[in-house]
Amino acid sequence: MKNEPTIIAFCCHYCAFTAADLAGTMRKQYPTNIRIVRIPCTGKVSENMVLQAFVEGADGVMVAGCEIGSCHFIQGNVRAVKRVAHAKKLLEETGVNPDRLEFYHVAASQGPLFATTSAEFTERIKQLNAGGKASADTTSAETPQETVHDSSRT
Amino acid sequence: MIVAERKLFDDLYAKASKHKKVLLLGCGTCVTVCMAGGEKEVDILDSQLKLASRERGDDFEVTTHTIVRQCDDEFFDEETSRKIAAADAVITLACGVGVQFCSEKYPEKRVYAGVNTVFYGATVEQGLWEERCAGCGECIVDQFAGICPVARCAKSLMNGPCGGSSNGKCEVDKETDCAWALIVKRMKELGTLEELSEITLPKDWSTSRDGGPRRIVHESLRLDEGTKKEG
Ligand code: SF4
Ligand code: SF4
Repeated sequence: MKNEPTIIAFCCHYCAFTAADLAGTMRKQYPTNIRIVRIPCTGKVSENMVLQAFVEGADGVMVAGCEIGSCHFIQGNVRAVKRVAHAKKLLEETGVNPDRLEFYHVAASQGPLFATTSAEFTERIKQLNAGGKASADTTSAETPQETVHDSSRT
Repeated sequence: MIVAERKLFDDLYAKASKHKKVLLLGCGTCVTVCMAGGEKEVDILDSQLKLASRERGDDFEVTTHTIVRQCDDEFFDEETSRKIAAADAVITLACGVGVQFCSEKYPEKRVYAGVNTVFYGATVEQGLWEERCAGCGECIVDQFAGICPVARCAKSLMNGPCGGSSNGKCEVDKETDCAWALIVKRMKELGTLEELSEITLPKDWSTSRDGGPRRIVHESLRLDEGTKKEG
């Protein structure tokens, strides 16, 4: 594995992206490993967007959205949290450590938090690349006579 | 619609990794709606197989394609046939009907089922599907205020409820509504409860699976010999 990991950060336009911008204005440094992809809302993030990033060579993916209750589109971040949990399960099935994916809540005013979160996540990915250990998994709900996709429920 | 659930990843990986080139074939109808085997799920499986083969050091190629319906001849167009021909094996994410239809159409090809076909059901709410019909061949649901005892009572009782009905739930599973409790409640609301005092005679199951595989013919729709599409 490479020493300098590639990390894709899907950032919501209304919060985390603004926070990343603010971090820059405040001269708070965050690792150059982070490649930001601006999205209109974390609710836009689908499981396959995340998986695809890994297929294309990302070592880690962070999805950063508003705090619960302050989504510009009301529910987008709540849905994204569920989809990220589902995507972690899908990753684990393939043998990719699900810790390589994480959801973070970062408000538009939290420039410094964006910088520290990205630094911590980058550190985590570097450790994993160096052969660090895996985490516990997430499980999906299922009952007889019905099929439940928790990731798509509101 | 037909409701299905994707098979376990390891099971699908074992099938895919036996071949050099695998086509994942999605279906755009029922399994798209129940999010088991449409274009989205094909893409997810594609990514997963690519990631897993990289992790496990296996070398096989995965391609994807989704057609409108796999239970209808007309959607297996030239492009689909070309893609199937170019692959060593096909994993179809259609229901069991699609899997069989696809293997009948391409008898030389190894065709695997990518989903478990579970029931005929409805989208009760986003992300939740429930069984509603068992395709018994003679619909009697209107005798029971629109609630099917064949599909929704664990014992398919025609004269229920059984002694296991408790607080509106079925004894088989506390999460499952007792179909007969629902029937009684609804018939009370409709003012038709009296109708239940008539004993319902045993159902004739020869229209159902007991009569063997079923077939429906519409002579007026059939094409004359000679005008049928080849292959
Ligand atoms: S009575 Fe038969 S056809 Fe009608 S809903 Fe029930 S299982 Fe389906
Ligand atoms: S409890 Fe109700 S649904 Fe369950 S088997 Fe008995 S009658 Fe049928």
